[in-house]
Amino acid sequence: MTTTAQPPTVGAAHTRVEGRDKVTGAARYASEQPFDQLVHSWLVLSTVARGRVRKVGEEAVRAMPGVLAVLHHGNAPRLTTDYASMLGAPDPTVALFQHDRVPHAGWPVALVVAETPEQAREAAESLVVEYVEEPHDVAFHAGRPDAYVPEDGGAVATKGDLEAELAASSVVVDASYTTPEQHHSAMEPHAATARWEGGRLEVVDSNQGSMWVADELAKLFSLDPSSVRVRSEHIGGAFGSKGVRPHQVAAAMAATVLQRPVRLALTRRQTFAVTGYRSPTAQRVRLGADADGRLRAFGHEALNLTSTLRPFVETSAALGRVLYDARAHHTVHRLVDVDMPTPTWMRAPGEAPGSFAVESALDELAERLGMDPIALRARNEPAVGPLSGLPFSSRNLLGCFEEGARRFGWAERDPRPRMRREGRWLLGTGTAAATYPSGAAPSTASVTAEADGTFTVRISAADVGTGARTALTLIAAEALDVAPERVDVRIGDSDFGPAWVAGGSMGTRSWALAVTSAVGELRGRLALADGEIPPEGITARTDTAGLLAELAKKERHSFGAQFAEVAVDVATGEIRVRRMLGIFAAGRIVNPLTARSQLIGGMTWGISMALHEEAVRDEASGSQLGADFASYHVAANADVPLIEADWLEDPVPDDPVGIKGIGEIGIVGVAAAISNAAWHATGVRHRDLPLRPDRVLRAEAEAVGD
Amino acid sequence: MAQATASPITLTINGEPHTLTVDHRTTLLDVLRERLDLTGTKKGCDQGQCGACTVLVDGRRIVACLQLAVATEGRAVTTIEGLAEGDELHPVQQAFLDLDGFQCGYCTPGQICSALAVLDEHAAGWPSAATDDVRPEAGPPALTPEEIRERMSGNLCRCGAYVPIVQAVAKAAGQAAETTEESAA
Amino acid sequence: MREFSYERATDVSSAVALLETDPDARWLGGGTNLVDLMKTGVERPGRLVDVRELPLGRIESTDDGGLRIGATVTNSELAAHPEVRRRYPALAQAVLAGASGQLRNMATVGGNLLQRTRCAYFTDTSFPCNKREPGSGCPAATGEHRNHAILGASEHCVAVHPSDMGVALAAFDAVVAYESAAGGGELPLADFYLPVGDTPHLETALPPGALITAVTLPPAPVAAHSRYRKVRERASYAFAIGSAAAALDVADGVVREIRLAFGAVASRPWRASTAERVLRGQPAVGAAFAEAADAELAAAQVLDQNAYKVPLIRNLVVSLLTELAEETAR
Repeated sequence: MTTTAQPPTVGAAHTRVEGRDKVTGAARYASEQPFDQLVHSWLVLSTVARGRVRKVGEEAVRAMPGVLAVLHHGNAPRLTTDYASMLGAPDPTVALFQHDRVPHAGWPVALVVAETPEQAREAAESLVVEYVEEPHDVAFHAGRPDAYVPEDGGAVATKGDLEAELAASSVVVDASYTTPEQHHSAMEPHAATARWEGGRLEVVDSNQGSMWVADELAKLFSLDPSSVRVRSEHIGGAFGSKGVRPHQVAAAMAATVLQRPVRLALTRRQTFAVTGYRSPTAQRVRLGADADGRLRAFGHEALNLTSTLRPFVETSAALGRVLYDARAHHTVHRLVDVDMPTPTWMRAPGEAPGSFAVESALDELAERLGMDPIALRARNEPAVGPLSGLPFSSRNLLGCFEEGARRFGWAERDPRPRMRREGRWLLGTGTAAATYPSGAAPSTASVTAEADGTFTVRISAADVGTGARTALTLIAAEALDVAPERVDVRIGDSDFGPAWVAGGSMGTRSWALAVTSAVGELRGRLALADGEIPPEGITARTDTAGLLAELAKKERHSFGAQFAEVAVDVATGEIRVRRMLGIFAAGRIVNPLTARSQLIGGMTWGISMALHEEAVRDEASGSQLGADFASYHVAANADVPLIEADWLEDPVPDDPVGIKGIGEIGIVGVAAAISNAAWHATGVRHRDLPLRPDRVLRAEAEAVGD
Repeated sequence: MAQATASPITLTINGEPHTLTVDHRTTLLDVLRERLDLTGTKKGCDQGQCGACTVLVDGRRIVACLQLAVATEGRAVTTIEGLAEGDELHPVQQAFLDLDGFQCGYCTPGQICSALAVLDEHAAGWPSAATDDVRPEAGPPALTPEEIRERMSGNLCRCGAYVPIVQAVAKAAGQAAETTEESAA
Repeated sequence: MREFSYERATDVSSAVALLETDPDARWLGGGTNLVDLMKTGVERPGRLVDVRELPLGRIESTDDGGLRIGATVTNSELAAHPEVRRRYPALAQAVLAGASGQLRNMATVGGNLLQRTRCAYFTDTSFPCNKREPGSGCPAATGEHRNHAILGASEHCVAVHPSDMGVALAAFDAVVAYESAAGGGELPLADFYLPVGDTPHLETALPPGALITAVTLPPAPVAAHSRYRKVRERASYAFAIGSAAAALDVADGVVREIRLAFGAVASRPWRASTAERVLRGQPAVGAAFAEAADAELAAAQVLDQNAYKVPLIRNLVVSLLTELAEETAR
């Protein structure tokens, strides 16, 4: 079977298998499936930040045109909420209408269902909800006395004596950094349509894991798992926000009460309130080094906020445990509880904000040492995991820097700041390292050899824009040794069985393993069938739990080097990124076309994080101020220059798939590279994101004042 | 006497006339998506801040979320569903597909409709905020990557596909220019 | 959104008559601001009168060499018009700096002048706001006000006017023409917007129910040598945090004529008359530009977060005028 002359599948560029549907508008997303008898609903969110719901004035609203139901804590069906799912404890917002407590502004307090969206909206906006208000606290800043170390095994990692090594160091950097509240802002707002069909609850949704959502809905509504089906064919972006959220619960609840199909599409403003966000962080990095740049001390303390309902740790201090060797290491996460929604995972959780602090501090250290920033990183390259002592499955960080430096023209860089000017712009370049864990989780898949010679793959995977559907098609075609056109990959359906979610850069890696092992199983079955395929086909199913359990314990990560050139007008505070280059060592690249898009997409997120993104919290009300795209800026086209992303060969000898996952690493280190470049341009350090014009102006005024 | 809060309208969508009665509150976007099952036009923010609902009305790009349907009486609307000729993709669609000018695909119909208008606006000699000298004597600006970026900035893409989007628009513009040159020759 | 009736106006006099009898009615132009505000509940009209079919969509030269711009001319048409680009390039640039290609195709000149502030407290009805609900308070002064006013504000409201176009119009002495049931009239842009005082909800000097019919630009040879620069928190598709429109005529190294207006600093496009007065007859050099800007900004009253706007505007003025002066010298 290996002698056939198939064109290369894995490793060759393929346009997306669903691409045609997406460019013609034929691809249907969650709120776009037609249903007979469909009704529409609208969520009502709390306008107070803490207290109790005293009264929901449903009578007046029930009399409005088209209104069918008003659900709230006083009349909603009871749910079971004390369970654990495949991703741990559920988000607190899924306990929809189960009590009268309001733990934060934007907490869902009612759902209005009506015949048309216009009627539902007007009725929801007319609903008078009375509250008993209590004092609230949403103030987040470093040094809060009530900060605590969470009871999480990974909150603290230590080796050696940090204070002693700092004291013995020739050069010490002790700097504090902040990153603001950031929101995923997927272009498609969350939406779900629920109905009861043939005794089953069916939900058409936009999510990162249909099985995950189905499992939690079954638990919430105390249903047999087999009587819940969740489909999620096309997903308009997710980035960590599209898990189990109030919209699925509300739609399912209303469909159960009304016995009609119910749709709930969140407004953009509502997505800011109820679909999670990245916590702001306050971080302190302490580095101590010998004169030759060797690190003696590596200290990183990271604080983030969480709700009063559930601890959520933004693991900002984790990446140093992998990146740099030092005699003493001390990294710790702390939390502070406030009256705000519970934060959640957002693209490169932990590594995105953490790398801003660590990679900025490394640049500051290089400056103090009079050392090239890349040479400083090379000096501190660990042979094994700095804390774990485990070998790396593969690690080519320095190769990334070397290739990146060559292509970016790093050698010609004058290390002195504020040396280049072009018209009103000061120019500078900067670099930073990137890393992200390469995990895998058990998944199941089935492959069917059809009687017509084609193959059907079924897996409860999700293509949130990553190109997973296409990648799995290529993986399956390679394993089957057939042309991709003969493989039909079906995803986004909980009926296909348990599988990992599109998250943690683990999706394609986990699913590919399930698909290839199912193909292996199928080959055995086909050999036994002796070429005879019955009309229903021959199907093989596998579960990768056993395979993954056998995987040797190692430090498994992707690596990368980020380079940026920026222009700064210190008279107006404007910063423009002029060019960027990222070189990555991220295992086997399945589809270069979509892989490059993912990496560049992540780097684009990095620009957005560095220069634009910041949710503003009004402390007086506890509400987000300007929960829309006019206030919450994500990078627009004009902010993004030509970005190049490329990769090195990165074989992982002992790994059964060799894929590392590339969804997150593109953003890691970018904000630091841009901030370091801004220092190089102006001679002024920025330690607070985003690098806004007012901050640049203030920094310039202070620098001139010095 | 209470005034009517709904009215019948007739408009042309992708060349086909449609007559329907609309609640005055209903936007063109919701008429397309909820009444006519033309769901290719996307709702990203519903307040004119993202461009996902971009369609062409009488040949000009607009955001359908801020366009009340009742005010489109007699207008000609072109949506993403109206661009391909049978199986033949419009050159802009083909360029987006070939160059991977999208990821999740949700902003894509709006990007493509916007790109079509960008090519027309540029052909008409319209300057942009990226045009250094807007005076007519300076002549029409070349469609540089910088011009494309500015002109396409009304369409947010959260996946971060701006780099291939700009390349796709440039490619389609090049093809359009070639076609024009050929027909002129 | 509340239910409402809808009428399409076909001539100005009957349109004006419609609005006179119904205080619950609003003009609908491009809808780019009004429809958004209706969705968020800030505006809840019972009746919309659509003015886009009115015969107000032309740009014409006036006898004295100025331009008369119909109220329903779209922003796109305005910015693309050869005479606008030739005689008032800063106006074309200002319009092009605003919003997006899609929104500029919808938005009208009349609507642009009447658009409401983008202060996030104003646009979210869960907050108090004196402009939206007189007497309810202004949370911006003690809350978030990074992009709020440094000139002409009051303790009752520190919101800024979001228009880019209006800044150029202010620099070029535009005059707003209107019709109302009580008759027509004209308002120089300088008198068009009311002082904030303790009535931030009263924004313009238009009589109740009046319809803007045109904006007239008087002839201004200096305007042919003009430029608009906008600073914002992303490179495009964002409101200004500070902007300036400037026109400059230099003879023998001395400022002969100067027009200067600022955006995103006040509740109205801010004509920098003091700076103009200081600069006329002075050498066209950076120090003089800075001195003029300082004279204008001497009246600035800053809050905690918006003090940066003073150096921003000052630097913008120096940069813009220096560019214009260098071009003149060439």
